Amino acid sequence: MKPEGKKRIWAEYQKEIPDDHFFYVRSCIRQTFFAGSEQYFLKILREDLGKDVYEDPRHTTCTGIGYHGDVVPFETIQTVVARHFALATEAGYRHIAISCVTSFGIYSEILETWKHFPETLERTREDLYKATGRTFEVPETISHTSDIIYKFREEIARKAKYNLVDAATGKPLKVVEHIGCHYSKMFPKYGVGGAEFPHVLVGMVESWGGDIIDYPERRHCCGFGFRQYLVQANRGYSLFASRKKFESMEPYRPDMIIANCPGCTMFMDRWQYTIKEIDGITYGAEGHGIPVLTYEEVAGLVLGYDPWELGLQYHNVQSLPLLRKMGIKADPERRFLDRDGSRLPEPANLIDG
Amino acid sequence: MKTVPKHVLVAGGGVAGMEAAGALAEMGYRVTLVEKGDDPGGHLLQWHALFPDRRPADEVRSYLRKRAGHHNINIITRTTVEKVRHHPGGVRVTLSGGTEEEADAVIVATGFDLFDAHRKEEYGYGIYDNVITSVDLEAMFNRGRLEKADGTVPSRIGLIHCVGSRDEKVNNNHCSKVCCVTAVKQAIEVRQMLPSCEVFCFYMDMRMYGPYYEELYRESQEVHNVNFIRGKVSEASVNINNRLVIKVEDTLAGRPLKMELDIMVLMVGMEMAESGAKLAEASGFRQGINSFLESGDHHYGNNLSGIKGVFYAGTCTAPMNITDTISHARAAVAETVRYLKA
Repeated sequence: MKPEGKKRIWAEYQKEIPDDHFFYVRSCIRQTFFAGSEQYFLKILREDLGKDVYEDPRHTTCTGIGYHGDVVPFETIQTVVARHFALATEAGYRHIAISCVTSFGIYSEILETWKHFPETLERTREDLYKATGRTFEVPETISHTSDIIYKFREEIARKAKYNLVDAATGKPLKVVEHIGCHYSKMFPKYGVGGAEFPHVLVGMVESWGGDIIDYPERRHCCGFGFRQYLVQANRGYSLFASRKKFESMEPYRPDMIIANCPGCTMFMDRWQYTIKEIDGITYGAEGHGIPVLTYEEVAGLVLGYDPWELGLQYHNVQSLPLLRKMGIKADPERRFLDRDGSRLPEPANLIDG
Repeated sequence: MKTVPKHVLVAGGGVAGMEAAGALAEMGYRVTLVEKGDDPGGHLLQWHALFPDRRPADEVRSYLRKRAGHHNINIITRTTVEKVRHHPGGVRVTLSGGTEEEADAVIVATGFDLFDAHRKEEYGYGIYDNVITSVDLEAMFNRGRLEKADGTVPSRIGLIHCVGSRDEKVNNNHCSKVCCVTAVKQAIEVRQMLPSCEVFCFYMDMRMYGPYYEELYRESQEVHNVNFIRGKVSEASVNINNRLVIKVEDTLAGRPLKMELDIMVLMVGMEMAESGAKLAEASGFRQGINSFLESGDHHYGNNLSGIKGVFYAGTCTAPMNITDTISHARAAVAETVRYLKA
């Protein structure tokens, strides 16, 4: 492997990521799947990095799941996204920070459509005005929130309490990175590092001391694929896609997977539970599962935040072996305690629980 | 009374340029041959053996060197032709560095650039140790050693056709014509050099258009046991043993295929030369949708530029093999002489 070859590609796919003043658009599903990720994105940006991030409670779903499920027409989703732009315009923000990879793909697709077919932009303006009386400016930039953490990865590294290294041996952790298909596979220029050798998560991991694993099925989809999962009869495809990845990464004995897409993080975590239940197989070292973390969770661990505040206990694959390896002291007994000390319901059949 | 011989400037010192310059010089014309590299010879300088008969490339190089060594030819190297423009007295030529030359006619023979394999990012050229191009393989043949990056002998090699050709993703819809037969030639050479090494060619169509090409294709299968799989490789990666893993759809068997390789050879195609494109833009030459120079007429005016006194020769107009390039250069000379004598 020639690192200079990857650097050459990364240099070709650099996008403008603003330094400050973000209009934040949340994901429909992330707060349910990974309870702390969005909260800690805001906390890291605002408190650790001193950035201005604005949220508007009137922001809604982008309707991306309906769009990809063929129940929301393109004209409708353009108008919904235009309404988000109108909210940003009204608040005086020109840089959109998008939490969800599906939404990010939707926003990219719409902006590209408007660029190449300006009449669709005019039609959308008309539709939005008729429906809501609102007008909007096309934003100057759109960034996925992983782009923003990537941009500030060195600042985070400078504030690090822990690094992605084995505390006992000092060796870098072995990390699998996985980008969502809709992050850059549709429009490589919108992703840091493009689609074939994306740099957005690699950059974070390397800045925080870890080593990236390049395994044969690195580019393969996690299997979420809306119609594969939303149509119950197709879920076998989804499971098989994740399994293919696990089998391919297993020989490298990864310490964790870092992902930037809600679907990927969720499915690569939950399917490990399913495979263990069906076949009794796990893919990590010494019979463990492989924890699947969001980039905010990883950033939060590096910055020294409490793993249980970050919400790591709400993954099927528990991170206790990973935390021990990093030298993070976290009491497993506190995982399912509420803030007042009362005990929360504990999920059954956790891996490495 | 002795007349001063007319002066023809030839832009480009590859196969077409050397042949054209030699033919004109032989007829008594004064020729200036302008070459951007250190020496004339073009891409042929990198080649070890030629299809279809695997004759040593040096034989053709020697022929061309002799052609270009004529005493009527003045060779200027490390120089490009930046612009040509016709005027009533002839053709004014601007060279790199700003110097100007006057000529009675100009033959444009700026040739082609090899497709930059880095642009097919999914193949990992420049990233994975054992992904090489057809030119890199030819260099190995020249060195007489065919080995992996770690110095070990490969046991399976795959040759990937149409890299940068017939590919909308890189904005090249054209066929480069010579890559199929080059792959067959190189596959045979690999089998002869390393009889225990398996060789697979991954192709879209086998375009064996030239004389003896089809025979070579048959020989590769019947005598040398080269395997041909109809399907385009979608991506390459490496496994934990640093062995390449490729994914391809076998379109004849109708199923996806995953295969490990020791070396993957990318059969890089031809693109309009960057220097030729700049010259075209500065001089007002038309370029076709394939970016190569568009001649006055596809059928009977293939060497005509549309500008008086300026003619085209060789692969600046389209991908072609050496045989056709030499014929095209001779046709350009015929058109030039007809113009000069008119």
